[in-house]
Amino acid sequence: MSKLIFEKNHKGSNSFTIPPADIPEVDIAATIPPSFLREAAPHLPDISEVEAVRHFVDLSHKAYGVDNGFYPLGSCTMKYSPKINEWAARLPGFSNIHPYQPAQTVQGAMELLYNMQNLLAEITGMDAVTLQPAAGAHGEMTGVMVIKAYHQHRNDHHRTKMMVPDSAHGTNPATANVVGFDVIEVKSNSRGLVDLEDLKSKMSPEIAGLMLTNPNTLGLFEEEIQDIAAVIHEAGGLLYYDGANLNAIMGISRPGDMGFDVVHLNLHKTFSTPHGGGGPGSGPVGVKSHLADYLPVPLVVKENDKYVFDYNRPQSIGKVKNFYGNFGVIVKAYTYILALGAEGIKDAAQQAVLNANYLRQQLKKDYHIPFDRLCKHEFVATAKTQMDENGVTTLDIAKRLTDYGFHPPTVYFPLIVKEALMIEPTETETKERLDDFLQAMSAIAEEARNHPEIVTAAPNNAVITRVDEVTAARNPIVKWEDNF
Amino acid sequence: MKYTPNSPTVVEDMLRSTGFSSLDELFTDIPEAIKLKRELNLGSGRGEIELTRELKGLAAKNLTTEDYACFLGAGAYDHYIPAAIDQLLLRSEFYTAYTPYQAEISQGILQSIFEYQSMICLLTGMDVANASMYDGGSALAEACNLACTNAKGKKVLLPDTVHPEYVQVLKTYAISGKMDIVTVPSDRGVSDLDKMISLVDKDTACVVIQQPNFFGHLEEVEKLADAVHGQKGFLVMAVDPISLAILKPPAELGADIVVGEGQPLGNSLSFGGPYLGFFAASKKFLRKLPGRIVGQTTDTEGRRAFVLTLQAREQHIRREKASSNICSNQALNALAATMYLTLIGSTGLQAIATRCHQLAVYAAQELEKAGLKLKYQHPFFREFAVLMDDPAGVNDRLLQNGIIGGYELPDAMLLAFTEKRTRAEIDRLVAVLGGRA
Repeated sequence: MSKLIFEKNHKGSNSFTIPPADIPEVDIAATIPPSFLREAAPHLPDISEVEAVRHFVDLSHKAYGVDNGFYPLGSCTMKYSPKINEWAARLPGFSNIHPYQPAQTVQGAMELLYNMQNLLAEITGMDAVTLQPAAGAHGEMTGVMVIKAYHQHRNDHHRTKMMVPDSAHGTNPATANVVGFDVIEVKSNSRGLVDLEDLKSKMSPEIAGLMLTNPNTLGLFEEEIQDIAAVIHEAGGLLYYDGANLNAIMGISRPGDMGFDVVHLNLHKTFSTPHGGGGPGSGPVGVKSHLADYLPVPLVVKENDKYVFDYNRPQSIGKVKNFYGNFGVIVKAYTYILALGAEGIKDAAQQAVLNANYLRQQLKKDYHIPFDRLCKHEFVATAKTQMDENGVTTLDIAKRLTDYGFHPPTVYFPLIVKEALMIEPTETETKERLDDFLQAMSAIAEEARNHPEIVTAAPNNAVITRVDEVTAARNPIVKWEDNF
Repeated sequence: MKYTPNSPTVVEDMLRSTGFSSLDELFTDIPEAIKLKRELNLGSGRGEIELTRELKGLAAKNLTTEDYACFLGAGAYDHYIPAAIDQLLLRSEFYTAYTPYQAEISQGILQSIFEYQSMICLLTGMDVANASMYDGGSALAEACNLACTNAKGKKVLLPDTVHPEYVQVLKTYAISGKMDIVTVPSDRGVSDLDKMISLVDKDTACVVIQQPNFFGHLEEVEKLADAVHGQKGFLVMAVDPISLAILKPPAELGADIVVGEGQPLGNSLSFGGPYLGFFAASKKFLRKLPGRIVGQTTDTEGRRAFVLTLQAREQHIRREKASSNICSNQALNALAATMYLTLIGSTGLQAIATRCHQLAVYAAQELEKAGLKLKYQHPFFREFAVLMDDPAGVNDRLLQNGIIGGYELPDAMLLAFTEKRTRAEIDRLVAVLGGRA
C-alpha cells in the first residue's frame, strides 16, 4: 500500500529555497493589517526532493496509459500521442508567454491560433472556429449557448427544448440542461440509428435543435443524416455535431457537408493530444456563417499581415473561459495536423475503421455483437452470452482484461445496450496487438465457461482487488485528516 | 509523419480477412452526396525535421518571460517552477492515461487526486474539494451556479473589483437563465461594503468576493459573509492560491464555496492555458459539487484504496438532471499543482508569498519616491495599480528596456510581482516609469 504524501512528512526535510532578499525584508504585519493574516501556515507535507520524486514515480507505476499498452476505451479515442507534440508545447516561445503580453510580442502564438482556426474549419467544413473551450463538454456548452443566442437574437423565444438521441453521451443532455433547455429524447430504431419517424413526431416550433454524434455511440454512421438535417431545418431548428467520433470520418466526410450548423471537436481524442489522466483537453467549436457572430470573443484575425484579437463582436455570447483556450493543448494538436497532412488525416480515419471492423469480425466468435454490420471507428459487443450462460458480467470481463495487461473497453455504455462493451481500437494499433487482445478476450470467454470464479474475482494481478464503492459513497472520505 | 503502424501488406491481409476488398469499401455506409470529393486543404505531411523547424520558427516570433522581466499578472503569474515537475509530468503513465474509471489499474492517479483535494482543503480551510475545473473563471461560474441551485433566489451579487474576464465568463454562463448577475460599482479599489450589504436580500443566492481583488487589494469580507448568511445565501470567494500561505483561509472568513486560478501552482503561463480551476466548499455541498471527486475506501481484502466517488452527481449518470456538464477537467495541471506544493512545502510557499509581497511593497515605495502615484490606497498582496496617462505608450517604452510591463487600465498600469523578480529589475522598471530611462 502506498503511503500518502502526508504520511511521509518529516519536519525539516524540505530544503527548497529562494534567493536571498536584496530588498528590505519588512515585516508583513507592518504592511498588511493582522486581521487579514493567517495564524499558522497551511500544513503541507514536509518532504525532501528525492522522496517527493520517488513518491510520484511510485504513483506513476500504479497507473496505465496508452504508452503502457492497448487502450480500447470506446468513445475516448485513446490513440498514441506523438512525442514531438510534447516537445513543441514546451518550447519556451510557447510555454513562457503571458496571455496579456502586447500583441506584437506574441505574433507567433497568434499565427498558430489563426492557422488552427482555419485548419479545423477545413476539416469540419465550417466557416468560423473558436478555440476557447477547454474540453469537449465545454465545447458542447459553448455550441449550445450559440444556438440559444441565435434563437434569442431572432426573437424566437419559444424554442426551449433540445433533442438528444437515447444513445447520446451523458454530456449532451447535461449540457442542454445547464444551458437552460428541456431535453427531449429521440429513440433509436432497430438498426441502432435515429428513428426518423420518432424524430418527426417530436418536432415542433419549440425545438431549438438536435445534438447528434455521427457516427453514433454504437459506432454506426447515421445514414439518413441528410433527412434528419432536413427535418430539423424545415422546423427552424439547428443541428449540433458532437465531435467525439470525428476520428472515423475525417478527410472522408465533413459535418458541414452533412448539414450540421455547429460542431465541437475534442482535440484530446481526434487530434492525439494526451488525456492527462482526465484533462487538460480542448474543445474547439466550429459554426456555419449564420452563427459566426455568436462565437465567444476573441477570435484571431489577420489585418495587414498582423494577427490581432477581435473583441469587436457585439452579438458574441461572451467568454466561456479566461484568455484564449488551452493554448498548450492546441499547440500539440496543431503539430499533429501538420505532421499528418491531408493524406495522413484520411489514412488515420481509414485505419481506425479497419481496426474496428477487424476486431468486430474476429470477436463475434465468442461475444454477442448486437449490431453486427459495417461499423466505423468503434463497435459495441456485450457479455450477454457469458451473463446468460455463466453469470459473468461485463464488469467481470473488464476487470479480467487488466490481468491480461489490457485497459478495458468502455463498459455499460451506451445505455441502450445491456452489458455493453464499447470497443474503440484507434488507428495506432498493430494487427499483432489486436490479435493479442482477441486472444485474451477468447481466453476470458473460455474461463467464463469453465472457471467463472477466476473472472468474477478479477483483477488478480493489480495492486488492489475490487474496491468498495458503496462505502466510499455512503461514508465519504475525500481528504487526508491528521487523525486518520 | 504517420502514426499508423500497419504496413500496406498487413492492411491488405486485414481487409481480406474482414471481407473487404479495399479501404473505400469501409465507408459505403456514408451517402456519396456527403462524401468529400477532394483532398482536405491541409498540405502534405511533414517529418520531424520539418516540424521542428516550423514550430521553432513560430515560437521564435514570441518574446518570452525568460528573455524579459515580466510584471504582468492580472490572473496569470510568472512563478518559478521546480525542475522536477516537468520531468515527473512526462511519466507517460500519467499523461497518456484516461480518467481513472478503472480503479484497480489507476490507483496512482486516484491517490494523486486525493492528495490534491487534501492540499486544496489545507490551503483554503474548506471541508471538501473536487478534482479540478477548467480555470479560475469557469470555476467561479460553476460556483455561482451551485449557489443558485441550492438557494431560494438566483441573484448573484458581485463588486466590479472581480477580474473582468471572470465576470464575462459568469455572465456568459448566465445565458442559462438560472442566475441573475448584479455587478455593484466599487469604491476606490475595494468593494463598496455598505452598498453590497444593502443589496443582499432574500433573492440573493450568493455574494462573490475576489481576494485579493483584481486590483491586488485586500477586501473586508466578514460583514458581507454575515449579511448574506443572514438571508440564507452563500459567500463565494475567488482566491490567489499563493496568497493563502500568509492570508487568512477563506473558511475562517465565512466562505461557503472557494474557487481560484491554480496556474500559479507549478503551471507554466502558456499564453493562458491549460491552467486549472480549483473548487472547494463546505461539507454541506459535498453531494452537490460539480466535477469529479476521489474518495478513500478499501478493497475486498481491506486494504486502503481510492476510487471516483459520489458519481450520482455527474453527467454520465444523471444526464439531463445533472447540474454541471463537466467531464474532462484539468487533471494533469492539478497533478502539477500537487507536485508543486509537495516540492516547495509550507515554508517554501510562505517564503514565496512573503517575497512577492515584499517586492511589491518595495516597488510601490520606489515608484512613489520617483514621483508616481498609486491609483488606490489600500493594503495589497502582490499587485497594485500605478497611475499614468498612457499605459500602452509606457508599455512600449518598457519593452524597449527589456521589460514586459503591466496590465493596462484606462488611466493606470497594474503591476504584479513574483519571487522571480529582483531589485535590479524593479529599479529598471521604476527608472522607465519615472522617466529616467
